[in-house]
Amino acid sequence: MEDAVKLKVNDKIHEIDAEPDTPLLWVLRDIVGLTGTKFGCGAALCGACTVHVDHEPRRSCVLPVSAVGNANVLTIEGVGATPIGKAVQDAWLQTEVVQCGYCQTGQIMQAVALLTANPAPDDGAIDRAMSGNICRCGTYPRIRAAIHAAAKQGVA
Amino acid sequence: MAGLTIDRRGFMAVCLAGSGGLALGFPLFAPGEALAAGTAFRPNAILAIGNDGAITATVPYAEMGQGAMTSIAMLVAEELEVTPGAVRTMLAPGDNRLYAHPVLGEQITGGSASLRGSWGPIRKAAAAARVMLIEAAARQWRVNAGDCALEDGQVVHLPSKRRASFGALALAASTMPVPSDPPVRTSGFRVIGTSAPRVDAAAKVDGSALFGLDVRLPGMVYAAVQACPVIGGKLGSVDAKPALAVSGVTQLVTLSNAVAVVGRHTGAARKGLAMIEPHWEGGSSTLSTADLVSKADAALDRKGATAYAKGDVAKAFAEAAGRFEADYRMPMLAHAAMEPLNCTVEVRDGACEIWVGSQVPGRARIEVAKALGLGEDRVKVNSYLIGGGFGRRLQSEWIVQAAMIARQVKGPVKVVWSREEDTRQDAYRYHNHSRVKVALDAQGHPVAFDHRIVAPPIMLWFLPSLLWKDGVDIDATNAASGPYEFPNLLVDYVRDDPPDGLLVGNWRGVGETRNGFVVETVMDQLAAKAGADPVDYRRRLLPPHSRIRALLDRLAAESRWGSPLPPGTTRGIAIQSGFGSHMGLVAQVRMADGKVRVERMTAVIDCGIAVNPNVVKQQIEGGLLFGLTATLYSNITIRDGRVVESNFHDNPVVRMVNTPKIDVIIIDSKEEPGGVGEPGTSIVAPAIVNAVFAATGKPLHQLPLPPSMVERV
Repeated sequence: MEDAVKLKVNDKIHEIDAEPDTPLLWVLRDIVGLTGTKFGCGAALCGACTVHVDHEPRRSCVLPVSAVGNANVLTIEGVGATPIGKAVQDAWLQTEVVQCGYCQTGQIMQAVALLTANPAPDDGAIDRAMSGNICRCGTYPRIRAAIHAAAKQGVA
Repeated sequence: MAGLTIDRRGFMAVCLAGSGGLALGFPLFAPGEALAAGTAFRPNAILAIGNDGAITATVPYAEMGQGAMTSIAMLVAEELEVTPGAVRTMLAPGDNRLYAHPVLGEQITGGSASLRGSWGPIRKAAAAARVMLIEAAARQWRVNAGDCALEDGQVVHLPSKRRASFGALALAASTMPVPSDPPVRTSGFRVIGTSAPRVDAAAKVDGSALFGLDVRLPGMVYAAVQACPVIGGKLGSVDAKPALAVSGVTQLVTLSNAVAVVGRHTGAARKGLAMIEPHWEGGSSTLSTADLVSKADAALDRKGATAYAKGDVAKAFAEAAGRFEADYRMPMLAHAAMEPLNCTVEVRDGACEIWVGSQVPGRARIEVAKALGLGEDRVKVNSYLIGGGFGRRLQSEWIVQAAMIARQVKGPVKVVWSREEDTRQDAYRYHNHSRVKVALDAQGHPVAFDHRIVAPPIMLWFLPSLLWKDGVDIDATNAASGPYEFPNLLVDYVRDDPPDGLLVGNWRGVGETRNGFVVETVMDQLAAKAGADPVDYRRRLLPPHSRIRALLDRLAAESRWGSPLPPGTTRGIAIQSGFGSHMGLVAQVRMADGKVRVERMTAVIDCGIAVNPNVVKQQIEGGLLFGLTATLYSNITIRDGRVVESNFHDNPVVRMVNTPKIDVIIIDSKEEPGGVGEPGTSIVAPAIVNAVFAATGKPLHQLPLPPSMVERV
């Protein structure tokens, strides 16, 4: 039968009853019950499922849950508790980024990872970091502006 | 949605009735009974005020990013003298009788018509509530209602400064007579015209917003589905064993043309589905895109049903000093919304409950009832946020599919399409071809415009009562001569049905998108032929003092049309009247090594009163980028009867790195609000293609741009 996997999400340990090769995305959404992380492509092409695994942005749709090991998974539900996460979410609201909103949780997780690594990215750095995240509502210009705004907050 | 459930005590209700618009009627129930019976809350109440003072607006439309929840909260807030944030919004369940769009006649979110449908009725509904609250207070205080006003969620008697909260007055107000035509504010708006924050933004930023995909129910299982990949084919047989061997998989379900694997979580279901090798039968297994293009080309030679006729086109051509002719070809397009199609259904005890984001929830309810052999009243559709609609969710066949699966499953099941399924089983924008002939006078100005449109009969299937007439698809032929005045005009429509089993439908921008590309690129070719500037050439064909001509002038100024550009850089312009709005775009394009790079887009929109200028700008920005993807990349193809493309690697979309700088200018206006969701998409292709034409001198008559001209990102 299935292995019971211990999974740390937003600093809380969960006992997971799923095969080790189950993509982290479905463990988070269907088993842990955190639905803020979205499914978009299932092939690491769109970034909607982006979470952090030990501070690194990862596409959870292709990451087997067993690969997480003892690392902490940070999701959109937990990112607001970090200073950079809070600054990015605030900037998203100030800039009125969202339309349908579906991809935005992944965009935010990617942006937080960018600002963690690079507290003052220029447009080129933002483009490089964010171009793996698709938005079909076309919020890219506002995402770029929101990242600049969050960077200006200087929390990173 | 969390936080959006209605307090069922002490409602005051005002009703928005079915087709034909507003029927204020009377309070729909006695509040006490509503509490006791639960079901006495008539769901056609748009507005409810609890005795705790909470104001709840039921949004009859889908929220798919276009800001319906925000604009309705704003319209209500305007009349009730509160802030938009004080109005809670909830999405209406599927019900065509209670939530019909006043123009479209059904509960449809499409055609950029949400706000246009709300503008009158929602404000009237809120205004009626205002009148009744004031009347209730005035009677209690035995004062003149004319001396009372609303302020911060309270009724105030102005001379005495006496106050009572909405909550305290709700019960009494519900017994007041409903005014038949309450006055609404027509000027001096406090809320309308402001960029009030979107009411749905916070939940979408912290991950708590609930899309259809996020529904969680006790005992729920999950299904992954694959329909026959061959167009029109059926399921022959399938060996369930490899799927059932996957840990977490509980069941394999077959439909006539699809197979679904059910599991305890989506990961197990998807893995199980990947393990099986269904045997598919029949269908158009030799069909290719080339066949469909040839068929549409052949249709260009047939005379169609007359859509518009004016003057004597034949005579004008006979006497013309010159003529222009071109054939246009537009490809099949997928919607590729970020949220793959999904639907949660429970079928139990002769009833069916559905949790879904749909652009036609009322119609979905009817279709499911029919498919399951249930009465419509036995089917309930709960509405959720939509992660991008773009017209795909105007079809309900995927909801019916989920119901047919759920019928074979115990408990609620969430059916989730893969991205590949979403791409390959779309309700595509079908091939569209056009033949344009223009008769010219000695100065190269058009004297006759003849536009033959070859398109599928979408409206015959989608909304025949309103948009199919005498063999003409009113949408496909809409804006077929642009905003211009031609002395002689002929538009005819040749119906071109897709092959059996290939689902086609509406795609953001609908008829205006196909025709805007054709008409506006023809304009630049005519201007070039006449040696005229594209702006000047258009200007003389537009009615004087018209909004579109004023817009063209404003666009020319805002884009600094005609000012010098760096070498290799060109501009292209397009204008359009549609969806109750007027729109123009100048695209600035740089050509390097034969590749097109769109650097800048300057858009001007006249959408009448911009209820929320920020939302208008969002919609235009987003519409432009949606159209940019189609212009640069999109081309769904068929080989051996199967859709070739499957995911974002072979059906690419614009990403941040190739997003141009965008400026959106909104023209101040006091006209009624127009639609803004689609004009942005319609206007892009012609502006870019015109810029490329300006650079190369070679006209392009098909979309997308030739792959050799486009850099893949």
